[in-house]
Amino acid sequence: MSTISLQDKHHHDSHDDHGHGHHQETFLTKYVFSQDHKMIAKQFLITGIVMAVIAMGLSILFRIQLAWPDKSFPLLETFLGKWAAGGRIKPDFYLALVTIHGTIMVFFVLTAGLSGTFSNLLIPLQVGARDMASPFLNMLSYWFFFTACVIMMGSFFIQTGPASAGWTVYPPLSAVPKAMPGSALGMTMWLISMVLFVASSLMGGINYVSTVLNMRTKGMDLWKMPLTIWAFFLTAILGILSFPVLVAGVVLLIFDRSFGTSFYLSDIVIGTQILPNEGGSPILWQHLFWFLGHPEVYIVIMPALGISSEIISVNSRKPIFGYHAMVYSLIGITTLSFIVWGHHMFVTGMNPLLGGVFMITTLIIAVPSAVKTFNYLATLWRGNIRFTPAMLFAIGLVSFFISGGLTGIFLGNASLDINLHDTYFVVAHFHLVMGSAAIFGMLAGVYHWFPRMFGKMMNAKLGYLHFWVTFICAYLVFFPLHFLGLDGVPRRYYAFTEFEFMQKWLTVNVFVTWAAIIAALAQVAFLFNFFYSIFKGKKAPQNPWEANTLEWTAPVEHLHGNWPGEIPTVYRWPYDYSKPGAEHDFIPQTVPFSQTMSSNLPHDFEGNAEAERIQKEWEAANKKEEKTDLD
Amino acid sequence: MAVLAAMLTVFANTSAFAQEAAAAATAKPVDMEPVYKSTLFYVLLFLLLCLFIAIVGKALRVYELTRETQGKPEGINWNKINGILFALFLIVGLYGVYWEYTVHGNMILPEAASEHGKKIDQMFNITLIITTIVFILTHIILFTFTYFYKSTGKRKAYYYPHNNALERIWTIIPALVLTVLVLMGFLTWRSIFYKIEDPKNKPLSIEVTSSQFQWDVRYPGADGVVGKKSYKLITAINALGIDFTDKNSLDDQLADEIVLPVNKPVRFILTSKDVIHSFYMPHFRVQLNTVPGMTSYFEFTPTLTTEQMKAKTNDPTFKYLLLCAKICGANHFNMQKPVRVVTQEEYDAWVVKQNPYLTNDLRKAFKLPVIAAPTKEVPAAADTTAKDTAATKTNQLAIKK
Repeated sequence: MSTISLQDKHHHDSHDDHGHGHHQETFLTKYVFSQDHKMIAKQFLITGIVMAVIAMGLSILFRIQLAWPDKSFPLLETFLGKWAAGGRIKPDFYLALVTIHGTIMVFFVLTAGLSGTFSNLLIPLQVGARDMASPFLNMLSYWFFFTACVIMMGSFFIQTGPASAGWTVYPPLSAVPKAMPGSALGMTMWLISMVLFVASSLMGGINYVSTVLNMRTKGMDLWKMPLTIWAFFLTAILGILSFPVLVAGVVLLIFDRSFGTSFYLSDIVIGTQILPNEGGSPILWQHLFWFLGHPEVYIVIMPALGISSEIISVNSRKPIFGYHAMVYSLIGITTLSFIVWGHHMFVTGMNPLLGGVFMITTLIIAVPSAVKTFNYLATLWRGNIRFTPAMLFAIGLVSFFISGGLTGIFLGNASLDINLHDTYFVVAHFHLVMGSAAIFGMLAGVYHWFPRMFGKMMNAKLGYLHFWVTFICAYLVFFPLHFLGLDGVPRRYYAFTEFEFMQKWLTVNVFVTWAAIIAALAQVAFLFNFFYSIFKGKKAPQNPWEANTLEWTAPVEHLHGNWPGEIPTVYRWPYDYSKPGAEHDFIPQTVPFSQTMSSNLPHDFEGNAEAERIQKEWEAANKKEEKTDLD
Repeated sequence: MAVLAAMLTVFANTSAFAQEAAAAATAKPVDMEPVYKSTLFYVLLFLLLCLFIAIVGKALRVYELTRETQGKPEGINWNKINGILFALFLIVGLYGVYWEYTVHGNMILPEAASEHGKKIDQMFNITLIITTIVFILTHIILFTFTYFYKSTGKRKAYYYPHNNALERIWTIIPALVLTVLVLMGFLTWRSIFYKIEDPKNKPLSIEVTSSQFQWDVRYPGADGVVGKKSYKLITAINALGIDFTDKNSLDDQLADEIVLPVNKPVRFILTSKDVIHSFYMPHFRVQLNTVPGMTSYFEFTPTLTTEQMKAKTNDPTFKYLLLCAKICGANHFNMQKPVRVVTQEEYDAWVVKQNPYLTNDLRKAFKLPVIAAPTKEVPAAADTTAKDTAATKTNQLAIKK
């Protein structure tokens, strides 16, 4: 895979500067079974990008089917064989496409690709640690993830095809092989892949939490951590607490499928064949699945929010507005996300009392989200904004987060959900708020930390092109879909040909498909920029964005252990941008207050009387000097 | 440059796939020659676009380099361009939203045709107004800030780390608005699912059983009660597994469409034979999953007949719909049943014509007396027997009103 072929020109000098006594590295230990968090981050990123391209390809396939349901595309048959016999995608395969598209995007790209990349890269570098708490577990985490990807993709190469019961794989559809071809071997592979993936996530998550809690450098107390770290930390906690529930659910589903138990099955007749299962409940799966599934949504979006907080602050040259409020709203989202899962189940027929309760908790979670949005806007206010590609994507994220978040208020309302549930309105909602927003967070992170990862700069102009085409096309794709939902068009429909009222949406479908194709082609600009810059990009300076955080103090050349000599000490919070009285418009965290006497503010000392006294004396002395100067 | 070209080809080949396929549309499946040709055409077209972008990029680079060597400031102020693009995006975007609201917004479902649906529509409109205001305002703020506060290199940003009063304001205001929405939603939700039965206007019970990929509809017959069933009794002739030892089952009727009397509450009894489906009638704002092993109920009152809706929507082909909204297999996209809302008289006339479930084959299977009469008399016969048995029951329902 491409992960292996990564080049790092600087591996020769990585042993000279520090005295940890690492062994001589071979190709295998450096690039494949690496235990260095920076290399593992790159492995996660590149695997994530590969999976994202695959999942995007799948989405283009089913968009083609939706736009031209009556046309034949012989080329599809060339590539897909019997699944597109006669050049037309089969209904079963259409469902497989949407299922695997969803699974890959949610789990492999936006969970592993996002958290895996940036938690691994930034946690040690931003808290000031030499590596993760357990580098070996970290390595295992990547290889479990990689295996999960291989198994998931492997299901395309079996006779019955991949899992196709939707990414939520509700039983009995997913549990009874006779219900659909995808529920045969393909489903088993999906479940195995998911177990491996959860194991990977847990190993990663435990590592992130223990690194953040135990390995912060001197002076880095919790309230001096960048918001990225807060977001990764809370995301990891969320994952640790919710992913095991999915494993429980998956294991029971494996039992039902392979060992004849009846956890999810009861009273089922396929054709006229009566299944022996009795006493189970399909609703149980939905409870277990969404107990993970809803926190999962926040596992996807919170790292993106953390990344954009950092990027917006750096590029507005302003401290993030309401740092404490940002942290508390993240904590609020983390806590509340555990008690809102039922809003996915308003119309399952569960007790209506529960519907009322979950509606209340769901709409409460909009409050911390609103606070975050307003804080972003306040950060931009009177800023000195530099539009780096990373900044553009971060602003795009804020826009998507607003647009998609607001439609969540409709869906979180149980009464409105009756008519909107499982329609295109839902598709539009979550593709904006967790799809587009999270992927924009990830892209922002890639553009911003590319110099840190590869020691090279990406081309900014290609970045602008990439952003504008993607941003516009994402809205063109998802905005019209809301109205299909409002017209009562259910999701996961293979074709709009069987219902008369859907005919009027066919032209919209064609338009949306073209927008999606253009958006997909725009990603070529990114892919080219990314891979080209790894090898041929301009060499990155030490601190290309003039940022305060710790990672930019580490040498551009990667070395095992991150910093030569001692790890720098942290003296201040990470957001001292454009502080009045300061020499530059940024003051890195490693600069002590004694060196910035002219810009210190009373609240910087957190009630330290001694420091305040020194500052006062300095100010008094300085005033005197000024006076004498004037005289 | 060679590397560039090589990489471009690789990416173009994978990503232009979609276009290739689109291009292949007109070709006959047997003859692949034109398919490959048009595919190649689109690939080349995309490569040409890439080349064009590369040339523009190079030209920009040359321009900037010459400016640099001449010692002049940076040629193109990308910061300004991006700021302006955001402002443009705001203006075009606002128009786009207006266009969407007015054009696509007019293509959505007509007003609700049920009592509770009107409440839902009202809630929807309130939520829509609030969210649209927030949507427009926050986007105006976002993109005007990005336009006005773009870096010019002359200014320093304003150091403004926090303001607790502001934080409090934008915590409390959304919280208050959401509280109002939650309360309204909660009351509407309660009114939909906690119905107090009016003894004078008891709901008509209709059982709907979903299976891959059809809806089976069972009307209760004269007694107004849908009889028991069990999945264990399902056979080729008894597709729903109706238990005919239960007297309430004897007069149950089979219908190949759903016909509802207007302004009369109807209570759907929803069950599923195989996988989860979703009973979705968008015009009535009705949706509930049908779950194997669990019976669920949805009660509502249709308020407009199909004819009235035709007049209202100005669409002579208007039909009420029953769709499946939960993924259920290959034919999920085509799982429908005609639905009609008619006047009480039309309904009464229609319902007596429906065939009973109980056929002679089933009578034999359940060891019930076989009726020798010709098929035409069967409904009448079933009707009388039903009346006899039902007369003894206390829960005689108001169906024959």
